[in-house]
Amino acid sequence: MRLELEKRSEHSALMTILSPVLALVLTLIAGGILFAAMGYNPGEALYAFFLEPLTNQWSIEELLVKAGPLILIAVGLSVCFLSNNWNIGAEGQFTIGALTGSIIPILFHEYTGPMAMPLMVLMGALGGMAWASVPAFLKTRFGTNEILTSLMLVYIAQYLLDYLVRGPWRDPDGFNFPESRLFDDAHTLMTLGDGRLHLGIVFALVAVLAVWFMLSQTLKGFEIKVMGETPRAGRFAGFSHRGIVWFGFLISGACAGIAGMAEVSGSIGQLTPVISPGYGFTAIIVAFLGRLNPIGIVFAGLLLALSYIGGESAQVSIGLTDKITRVFQGMLLFFVLGCDTLILYRIRLIKTARKAGGAHGRA
Amino acid sequence: MRKLSKILATAALALGLGAGSSFADEPLKVGFVYVGPVSDHGYSYQHDLARKAVEKHFGDKVETTFIENVPGGADAERAVERLARSGHELVFSTSFGFMNPTLKVAKRFPNVKFEHATGFKRAKNMATYNGRFYEARYVMGQIAATASETGTAGYIGAFPIPEVVRGMNAFMLGAQSVDPDFKVKVIWVNSWYDPGREADAAKALVDQGVDVILQHTDSPAPLQIAQERGVLAFGQASDNIEFAPTSQASALLNDWAPYYIDRIQAVMDGTWEATDTWGGIDSGMVKLAPLRNVSDEVKAVAEETIAKFESGEFEPFTGPVYKQDGTVFLEDGVEVTDEQLLGMNFFVKGFDASLPN
Repeated sequence: MRLELEKRSEHSALMTILSPVLALVLTLIAGGILFAAMGYNPGEALYAFFLEPLTNQWSIEELLVKAGPLILIAVGLSVCFLSNNWNIGAEGQFTIGALTGSIIPILFHEYTGPMAMPLMVLMGALGGMAWASVPAFLKTRFGTNEILTSLMLVYIAQYLLDYLVRGPWRDPDGFNFPESRLFDDAHTLMTLGDGRLHLGIVFALVAVLAVWFMLSQTLKGFEIKVMGETPRAGRFAGFSHRGIVWFGFLISGACAGIAGMAEVSGSIGQLTPVISPGYGFTAIIVAFLGRLNPIGIVFAGLLLALSYIGGESAQVSIGLTDKITRVFQGMLLFFVLGCDTLILYRIRLIKTARKAGGAHGRA
Repeated sequence: MRKLSKILATAALALGLGAGSSFADEPLKVGFVYVGPVSDHGYSYQHDLARKAVEKHFGDKVETTFIENVPGGADAERAVERLARSGHELVFSTSFGFMNPTLKVAKRFPNVKFEHATGFKRAKNMATYNGRFYEARYVMGQIAATASETGTAGYIGAFPIPEVVRGMNAFMLGAQSVDPDFKVKVIWVNSWYDPGREADAAKALVDQGVDVILQHTDSPAPLQIAQERGVLAFGQASDNIEFAPTSQASALLNDWAPYYIDRIQAVMDGTWEATDTWGGIDSGMVKLAPLRNVSDEVKAVAEETIAKFESGEFEPFTGPVYKQDGTVFLEDGVEVTDEQLLGMNFFVKGFDASLPN
């Protein structure tokens, strides 16, 4: 007797949309049980985790500060993933975008003209694109696996950042501590409101709208989806395989690069050895949680940001350990993948043992 | 009816207590921000031990909160601000990377007091504190040079920043005070906490013939390797004797509790000021774990130096001290200044390795 996954002949369109919601509900239930097992009042803990952060303006602004880079990177990645290209290295493109975006504030800090900020954004985008073009080139030229190359470039980017802030870009007045000089006001992204919320979230929303428009209204969007799902059919239609690889990587690299530049200029105000708590990797989760749909990604980005902010808020208000945040994110992913699997497949109990090696159940 | 009167009586009692108690009886809320998990058995763990000591010392006069595992970057500022916003009157931000974030929050919350560890920026409501951990490393240098048979120690460093380089130099000066030809091999692991890489570094050093291992990283992995390979080693931040029962000679201990208790008392008394504290062995902030697995001769050497530090009259960086390239760092009889210590980014004479830059 054994269990087998059998592909459903058709799957419910409604369930495809409802699945993340269902996964969220299951996470909340499992989380409640977990809190109860740890001796907390589940209602109080869930409130501290998911609702309390939404009860004051500061906290909501901080949520948007956190969600901004996640959404911006994830929207770029969705284009790449839809075209069946696997850019796992957004974290590296983010880092390089932060570096190239910091060239003016660090090396040319006397330049504070009105063009400084637009140039910084442009340089951040170009840096991210340059870093993303390496795996794109290797894939189109040599057929190299882009998952490996883009991932490995993350570590190179991080060491480059490390080298620069400990060496040539170190603040000359900073007692040799590994940090760059603080950015001039002219090199700091404009804030919205009186807190830390900055233009980065606007960049993210612009990218969401642009990608949504491209995917749903333009031929390019159609090309991306065709090349992603049935590359053979796409080639018959005259679409270029190489072209789509480059397009996906450059778009996602530009988004990650701008996110990196915005994080450094808007949120941190200097280059430090650590500029990201793993935004580039979390954004992969955000992209899939949002069904690779720009609007879905906005919600997924807010949810993931809430899980971080809520975890911190619960540490302060009820003394919950930080590790719970990780467990929560893990549970959320688990339930999302579980729900998705069960939409596409059904579980069948098979009574009599079959010969091994049969292809039964595989489409 | 009896029940009702009981409730009323209780309520009256509660009210009476409430009216009788002054505002000062409200617990003082004190917040802590840690860079690592409290379970790291190293740096953040020691800060958290001190937090617990604070709770024990003040009882219900304080209420403490901590946020752990805060990386640098944008998250640090939010964590510090969250504590400032939620009624904490004193916030200890315990990692160098929190310096500018703490300063930004301090400017926005002039009525909250901030204490930042290991940095150099201060404000009217932001003090700094750090330990002179290099003093303990000088003692370790003497222990190593006295106990070593190969005349070579291995040093596992996290990052080539002044805090680490200062410790290495102090270790070297201590070793040279016993054996002028003492050698130190250095491996950088580029991480504060990476048990795998720290273990690999320790193995490589033992293979290269060192018989004492030093670490300025936070995991107990190098101690475990030292135990396995039968060489001497020193623990970091906490007494980790359980990881190396027959190998740990001593350990560098960070004891923040007396400082935290002092500072909280100062807030309660209204005498708190934005001071700059750099406490050494004499202040109790820096300690060495009990000497074990070394001969009585070694113990005598170490204890004599510790006593000199305790009297507050000894400075390991006293000239003549030469830089690695042979130039003079300190003229004969000249003592180092705190600025020189704070920005130290060169090796003293005697290191084989060059400092990566």
